[in-house]
Amino acid sequence: MKLLRLKSAVLAIAFSAVSSLAGHAESHAIRNCTWCHGTSAQGYLPAPRLAGQKRQYLENQLVGFSQHTRDNPFSKQYMWFATASLSPKTAHDLAIYFSELSPKPAEDGNQQLAAMGRKIYQDGIPDSNIVACIACHGPNAEGVREIPRLGGLEFSYLQRRLEQWGEGYNKTAMHPMPHVASQLSAKQIAALASYLSFIK
Amino acid sequence: MNLSYRRNNATPLNETIRRRFMKAVSLQTTLQLTFLAIVLSAMGRADAKDAAAVSKQEVQAKIRYCQDCHGLSGQGFRGFFPIPRLAGQQPEYLKNQLQAFVERRRTNNIMFNVAHVLKPAMITAIATSFQQLNPKPLGGAPKKLVAAGKNIFENGVPDANVAACAACHGPEATGHGEIPRLAGQLDSYVVMELTTWTHERGQNPANPDTSTIMKPVAHSLTKPQIEAVAVYVSSLK
Ligand code: HEC
Ligand code: HEC
Ligand code: HEC
Ligand code: HEC
Repeated sequence: MKLLRLKSAVLAIAFSAVSSLAGHAESHAIRNCTWCHGTSAQGYLPAPRLAGQKRQYLENQLVGFSQHTRDNPFSKQYMWFATASLSPKTAHDLAIYFSELSPKPAEDGNQQLAAMGRKIYQDGIPDSNIVACIACHGPNAEGVREIPRLGGLEFSYLQRRLEQWGEGYNKTAMHPMPHVASQLSAKQIAALASYLSFIK
Repeated sequence: MNLSYRRNNATPLNETIRRRFMKAVSLQTTLQLTFLAIVLSAMGRADAKDAAAVSKQEVQAKIRYCQDCHGLSGQGFRGFFPIPRLAGQQPEYLKNQLQAFVERRRTNNIMFNVAHVLKPAMITAIATSFQQLNPKPLGGAPKKLVAAGKNIFENGVPDANVAACAACHGPEATGHGEIPRLAGQLDSYVVMELTTWTHERGQNPANPDTSTIMKPVAHSLTKPQIEAVAVYVSSLK
């Protein structure tokens, strides 16, 4: 985290330099993001992979950061700042750009838990009122429209996201995830995040 | 519960109904259809002996779970697959479909998993609860097909021998007994159901069910007609 804080400070300087560099606006805008999100946006923790994510989902998240409805600690610390002066047009263009990059799977979960995660993902646990993720995120965790691709995201990012809904962050959003995730135990979250991290 | 009665005696009863419906479809007499609607709703009368009680708390938690997928007010949700509206749905229809998923008369893995753990008393409580919800339709369908869809809904497609949907589903598409409400249903869901009818429903030949009634309708409509009528019903409150 120290490293990231340092990066943000450097970045603030970089941002102010960028605005005076007319002409190369697009590539600079991209570099301002990949600085944290990694080469070709494949993820560089704690910043998640953006490559191959659904365009509409990315755009919605950028709105969420700039309006402060996505209010978990890392979002607050890094993305509120990164979206503070992003125009809707640039956000739209960046979302298109990142959605078209081909994603590489993180494959960094616990192999031993993957089978359990797969079972929950596909069938849910009806006796415990845990939904089957497949209904919304798709058979290959590929996502659709404003529903994100989950396959191949980093284990610790997925784990943190699922935990944070249960902890009450990002509550104001009008989507099913806060309640869906609040039903999951720590073990179930680790299993799901493991399974998903291996999906290509 | 009536459904267990129906399971044991299903064939003759359903066969009679089916024949009558077939006749009704070709004759298109509203009178007969009304009569059959009454027969169907009589089939759906609850039995007293499924009272293995479930607590209010369990019911609330289960309904909240259904709402994770079907929308907070049961208005439906556009997931990777369309997830249908349950709000305002006829309880008898809803119960029959849950049973159909469990018996694999209607094949859907997601809903098989959901339904096979539900106790009869739970099903009854859920069905009554969703019937009482009345959110506005999810919407989002293209408006320009509404007029064409309304025409099909009210008049059928005489050239293709398709009866008016209104004759069975009611003039306001609110349904009756085991005939479902269509008003406010997601257009993408209606399109999916009508284009996959015989692959998804009536999958247990030993136990033919109410899905046979809709089979000729689903088969005789063209894709553009299905899209139009789906848009129309999705717009109804
Ligand atoms: C200072 C580092 C940093 C910079 C610069 C940055 N990000 Fe982020 N971004 C993060 C972190 C950390 C997260 C994870 C937030 C969380 O845990 O909720 C994140 C999350 C996101 C998400 C959410 C992804 C998801 O799957 O929900 C999107 C979208 C995003 N960033 C887009 C961008 C774009 C576009 C830019 C450039 C305009 C950018 N980021 C610049 C650090 C950064
Ligand atoms: C009813 C539909 C639905 C179901 C079922 C569902 N999700 Fe989601 N999920 C969504 C939507 C919509 C979003 C986007 C939320 C947003 O816009 O912030 C989402 C977002 C997510 C994210 C955030 C991804 C990111 O890049 O930050 C994760 C992780 C997630 N879901 C995991 C799951 C898991 C695990 C399950 C099963 C236990 C599940 N979801 C079931 C609809 C659903
Ligand atoms: C994981 C998501 C999910 C959950 C949880 C869920 N459903 Fe479903 N439901 C679906 C999907 C998807 C369909 C569409 C199935 C199909 O295509 O045939 C459906 C269909 C149905 C249907 C058929 C509706 C019709 O118009 O024919 C009923 C009834 C139903 N669900 C009731 C329930 C009830 C009651 C619960 C809670 C006990 C529930 N569902 C929980 C996803 C879900
Ligand atoms: C002869 C009576 C009859 C006519 C006419 C009829 N329906 Fe149906 N419909 C039914 C019955 C009965 C069911 C319940 C089927 C089952 O149990 O699987 C049904 C089910 C449906 C369903 C599934 C709803 C859901 O929630 O899954 C749709 C969609 C539908 N009908 C559309 C139409 C349309 C559109 C028309 C007109 C073109 C039409 N129906 C005409 C009797 C009829």
